[in-house]
Amino acid sequence: MGEIIFYFLAAITLGTAFLTVLSRNPIHSAIYLVICFFSIAGHYLLLNAQFLAIVHIIVYSGAIMILMLFTIMLMNLHANLEKYKPTMINLGATVGFCLLGLILISGLMHTKPVVESYYYGGEDFQSINVLGQVLMNDYVVPFEFVSVLLLVAMIGAVLISKKDTVKKDTIKKA
Amino acid sequence: METILQEIGIETYLYLSALLFCIGVFGLLLRRNAIVMFMSIEIMLNAVNLMLVAFSTFHQDAAGQVFVFFSMAVAAAEVAVGLAVIVAIFRNIGSIDVDQLKNLKG
Amino acid sequence: METTFVLLLLLSPFVGFLSALFFAKNKGNLAGYIGTTAVFVSFVFTVLLFNQVNTTKNPIHIHLFEWMQLVDFKINFSFLLDQLSLLWLLFVTGIGTLIHLYSISYLHDDENRHKYFSYLNLFLFFMILLVIGSNLLILFIGWEGVGLCSYLLIGFWHTNQNYNDAAKKAFIMNRIGDLGFLIGIFILGYVFNTLDFVELKQAVIAGNAYSQLEWVGLATLCLFIGATGKSAQLPLFTWLPDAMAGPTPVSALIHAATMVTAGIFMITRLDFMFDLTPAVQDLMAYVGAFTALLAATIACFQNDIKKVLAYSTVSQLGLMFLALGLGAYQVAVFHVITHAFFKACLFLGSGSVIHGMHGEQDIRNMGGLRHKMKTTHITFAISTLAISGIPPLAGFFSKDEILLVAFHENTLLWIIAAIASILTAYYMFRLLFLTFYGTFRGTEKQAKELCESDGFITFPLVVLAVLAAVGGAISIPGNSWLENYLKPVLSQATEAHHLDATTLTLMATAVVGALIGLGIAFFKFIKREEVPMTDDRIIGFTSLIYDKYKIDEIYDFIIVKPINLLGSFGKNVIEPNLSKMIFSVDAITDSLGNQGKKLHNGNLGFYLFAFVFGLCATVYYLFFIR
Repeated sequence: MGEIIFYFLAAITLGTAFLTVLSRNPIHSAIYLVICFFSIAGHYLLLNAQFLAIVHIIVYSGAIMILMLFTIMLMNLHANLEKYKPTMINLGATVGFCLLGLILISGLMHTKPVVESYYYGGEDFQSINVLGQVLMNDYVVPFEFVSVLLLVAMIGAVLISKKDTVKKDTIKKA
Repeated sequence: METILQEIGIETYLYLSALLFCIGVFGLLLRRNAIVMFMSIEIMLNAVNLMLVAFSTFHQDAAGQVFVFFSMAVAAAEVAVGLAVIVAIFRNIGSIDVDQLKNLKG
Repeated sequence: METTFVLLLLLSPFVGFLSALFFAKNKGNLAGYIGTTAVFVSFVFTVLLFNQVNTTKNPIHIHLFEWMQLVDFKINFSFLLDQLSLLWLLFVTGIGTLIHLYSISYLHDDENRHKYFSYLNLFLFFMILLVIGSNLLILFIGWEGVGLCSYLLIGFWHTNQNYNDAAKKAFIMNRIGDLGFLIGIFILGYVFNTLDFVELKQAVIAGNAYSQLEWVGLATLCLFIGATGKSAQLPLFTWLPDAMAGPTPVSALIHAATMVTAGIFMITRLDFMFDLTPAVQDLMAYVGAFTALLAATIACFQNDIKKVLAYSTVSQLGLMFLALGLGAYQVAVFHVITHAFFKACLFLGSGSVIHGMHGEQDIRNMGGLRHKMKTTHITFAISTLAISGIPPLAGFFSKDEILLVAFHENTLLWIIAAIASILTAYYMFRLLFLTFYGTFRGTEKQAKELCESDGFITFPLVVLAVLAAVGGAISIPGNSWLENYLKPVLSQATEAHHLDATTLTLMATAVVGALIGLGIAFFKFIKREEVPMTDDRIIGFTSLIYDKYKIDEIYDFIIVKPINLLGSFGKNVIEPNLSKMIFSVDAITDSLGNQGKKLHNGNLGFYLFAFVFGLCATVYYLFFIR
């Protein structure tokens, strides 16, 4: 049962990922990416990481993808943006893809597992309760830093995307 | 209860995330649209996240999931700033084709 | 308390140096007053410390900090103020004060006065450091420092290229000596494992040196070479006459009274070391005697008022070295002191004359100045009498002591020294008569403007002339205060000369010799009113002496020419080839870089591809090769 679900989800993940990359229209890419993310959330659920699955859907499929879609719409992009694409790029991308895939997969196959067999002790290690304990006990300092990082990113984003009116004025005066 | 890892093993997850990573790289190499390149980066990040979660379950250790949590926060921050940069670029040169970003060439 | 005194004594000129250099530019005479005050403060503290040591008879040791330590070889930054160094400090700071005072007027219209006074103060700082250092390395700091200041002050009027050359010559000549000195220090450090004077002395008394006498001999020889450089002896004396390019007060202070006596100070400091090596002492005596004679003969034919005095200085220093070589250290010190008085006075007097003649230095264009420059004339005459050895002036006693010692030790040296002192009397009176007597031979304009210098110049002259007259009192034969005073410092005090028949005969001989020199000069330049010939009419042996035995030319031929040849070989052959080699490396790098530049084409896709390729390579290395 789990196996079937896994392969189904894996097919969706890989397929939509390919479609994201290959779609001419960025809107389509974004839609496919949302589906891809949902399937990854499915993987998380399958691995019994419910909290992470929910957070994933909220952050990626919710926040990030909405942000991207808004940006795309704001810029009014359409499909024929990339008119010319030299064959060199296609060739290079394909070579890079194949090479990296070959090396990664064969590297993974090549390695010997440290833990030979998997066993499941049955204790609770990934409920929200336990995660909260770990996060607030062992990782409280990085946690605080992450909040600072997000704050800084927010201010930075506002500053960068703001229309630079003051500077133009000074340039005109000068 | 039988877990998914007992059914299919950790290796399958590793191959899946490796392939997903490669697809991200492929997109990054193939496309010149900055937003789509961004999406490719997100795919790569998710591939790594998936592997972390798989290993977290395998070792039955919550630390892996905490890392995923952090990496999501970093990804969110990255997207916010990155998209702001893209908007600024678009406003300046009217395009988000990275091949046109050659102002810093020596 | 003592530490504070000594630090104030040492640092006062340094503060003067800094403040004169940085705060006194374009402030008129301010620099002069700062400099004089700074040195005067030093003098006051010297007198205080001198009184203390003279009553308690205990040397003052001041330990500041440990300077460096190499395993068990330790060098402290500490000072030693014993009878010898305080005596030296007294006349260094005392004459230094007078000469600063003199310089205020002498350089009153020079725009670089602040530099002059700051250099002069720096010189005194280093000189004090040299004198009070408690080990050879601190002495060496002062030694190098005074050399630097000498260089700066000789080339003070740096717009004149000849003066710059003279400064460089002085510096390079000193450098040769300094190398010897440094090697000497190294050897002493190697043999005794210490450089501290007190510890060295203890080691010598304990007899540690006898097993390594050949090393000690080499060390003293090297130290002596260092002394010949600084104190202008054969063969390194040629820089001193050229050093007269500096302002006259500088010649008086540095190149007559203080710096050039540093070599004698150093040898007197290490007297116990030199006593171990009689061969080096003999060499020292002969070198001193021959230098004295050679310089005296040259002085007889010079026509530049300062050159005569310069050669006279070399000659007198030669006599001091003769005394040192004969082991009569306190006699050498005595002559250093009296010489400092009368030679400073003579130089300052010549400066006054040059000042009055508006830069004229040739005695053939002077004459009859005694009517216009009374004070200068009288002081100059007193000093001339003193240097010639006419009793009862200072020079008589000190020079007589040297002759006495020479007579007892070695007749040949006595003869040489006696001839040198007769010649001294001759050329000094020649100078006096040609400058101050007879008729005026300068231009009408000079005659009109000729007048006595002001109080800043005449006051030091009078003080120094008085000292030159009575300075001999510190060591009259039979009852020598100086000898008793120096007894604790000198290892081997020579026996006091009693006033016996031999002594009196020798004294009489010396006086007669001086009077013979005086008489010849009087006969030639007063009676017959001779004036030295112009340069182009000098021929034969006289011209050889006039050209200073062509020593400069010989040095030029033996040393400078080959070095120049070597240098031009390096410049014309080695350097171009080296350049070629280096430029070829440059060309290779350049072409490589140009190829590499193509990689940076600004294409983001290409960069990404390279990045992915690199990632593949890394993963491949980590998973498959390692």
